[in-house]
Amino acid sequence: MQSLTFVCALLVVLPLVMVFYHLLREGFSSLNWNFFTQLPKAVGEKGGGMANAIVGTFILLIQAALLGVPVGVLGGIYLSEYGGTKLNWWIRFAADILNGVPSITWGIVVYALMVIPMHGSSALAGGVVLGMMMIPLVMRTTEEVLQLVPAGYREAAYALGIAKWKTIVKIVLRTAMKGIVTGVLLALARVAGETAPLLFTALGNLGWTHHLTEPIAAIPLQIFNYAISPYDDWHRQAWAGAFVLLMLVLAVNVGVRFLTRDRLAKPNSRTL
Amino acid sequence: MAATPPLKPIHPTEPATGIVPALTVRDLSISFGKNKVLKNVSIDIAAKSVTAIIGPSGCGKSTFLRALNRLHELTPEARMEGDIRLFGDDIYARNVEPVLVRRRVGMVFQKSNPFPTMSIAENVTVGLRLNGVHDKKTLAERTEQSLTMAALWDEVKDRLNAPAISLSGGQQQRLCIARALAVKPNVLLMDEPASALDPLATAKIEELIVDLKKEYTIVIVTHNMQQAARSSDFAAFFYLGELVEFGTTTKIFTNPVQKRTEDYVTGRFG
Repeated sequence: MQSLTFVCALLVVLPLVMVFYHLLREGFSSLNWNFFTQLPKAVGEKGGGMANAIVGTFILLIQAALLGVPVGVLGGIYLSEYGGTKLNWWIRFAADILNGVPSITWGIVVYALMVIPMHGSSALAGGVVLGMMMIPLVMRTTEEVLQLVPAGYREAAYALGIAKWKTIVKIVLRTAMKGIVTGVLLALARVAGETAPLLFTALGNLGWTHHLTEPIAAIPLQIFNYAISPYDDWHRQAWAGAFVLLMLVLAVNVGVRFLTRDRLAKPNSRTL
Repeated sequence: MAATPPLKPIHPTEPATGIVPALTVRDLSISFGKNKVLKNVSIDIAAKSVTAIIGPSGCGKSTFLRALNRLHELTPEARMEGDIRLFGDDIYARNVEPVLVRRRVGMVFQKSNPFPTMSIAENVTVGLRLNGVHDKKTLAERTEQSLTMAALWDEVKDRLNAPAISLSGGQQQRLCIARALAVKPNVLLMDEPASALDPLATAKIEELIVDLKKEYTIVIVTHNMQQAARSSDFAAFFYLGELVEFGTTTKIFTNPVQKRTEDYVTGRFG
């Protein structure tokens, strides 16, 4: 029995190891300075890079955060600190379903809501779709983290004659800040690799995007386009892109680990 | 004293001379849903004295305490009947905000709860700062005053900016007392303030309570009979949601009228 569970546990780790191995072998070797600084070259020309896609991914993530973080955090505050039990049950239920909706569905929704009315794909639509995906994620983690703040702190604040909203903003949120930041970073890491919803919205772009109403490149889109192409050089670039994306997500995860570990070691550290 | 007639003025069985009631409670009943936890409690809490609330677990003494600053309203389904006046002001009047009541009636909890994201000084002044006091000089003065009153100043004056949770358990509890004093309440409620502390820290808190009654009215819930006997002037014995007996501490502990009170204070039940 124990050995069976061990094998299954190993099976979980195995794909990660394999992905890592391949990406390191294929991706790392294709990485060079040009990859980070140059635009994609025309078909047939060697070289070029993904500078526009890297910048594009960051622009999309910034937009997503601008939409997803305030709505998600405020929604989580409502669930934890205000709402009635019955309404909360429905909101939680809806958020959990939304968290399980296939990402391509989000793409279609935003395609109908923004791309068609605006007559074209845009960076804005890409940011909105990723932001919408972040909302239920951030909302639920915010709620959970706020629930971890001991009731004693709220009572202590109320007993000092501090109003409820001030108690929430200055005491409860401050105490839970690290957990909320962690939740936001994980949500960002999660949407950073989304491809399907961006196919419908951001579309991709071989050059620079000068306006948010134009299509924009993103690392996962570029990987997708290069991977299905027939050119060896593009395949190599796709590997390199996948490697960079994985490193990005890994960096966020390691950063989060660092944050949470710090919280356990020094619960009193005041910054963040 | 068991069946106090409603709405008549009541006094401890041996009133000390010249008592001004800080809190007058009449016919206070509180229920949570269908569960009635306090039944028709009437009591006068004397100003600038220590009143101990004693009784076995579940007798309603914490609920009674929390009704005095309307903190029980945080519990869903809480319903309150009766009348509580703080120096004559009806604290449950329609136009009175709970927030304003709580600024006049401070509270210290069983488990010390300094805010973990704040320094020692920030914890002391938080009640002032979040209620609009930002003058640095006032805040510094009030920090020293409150910490001195809480007998903590000498221990922390050199590290006011250190995190509050770097303090020991007993120090944290005294910090919570300082925090409550900083907003200058009329009354200080204490819900088993020393039950989580070691004997030495407990002794310090008890000394402090006796000191503080020079300026404050203190109501303390305690499970510790010696503590009640040592540090209180009046004692009220609660049982099953009713006020069984109320009198001077000496009387309650040496010559109680009710059999149940005697059984409890002598440790025969509870």
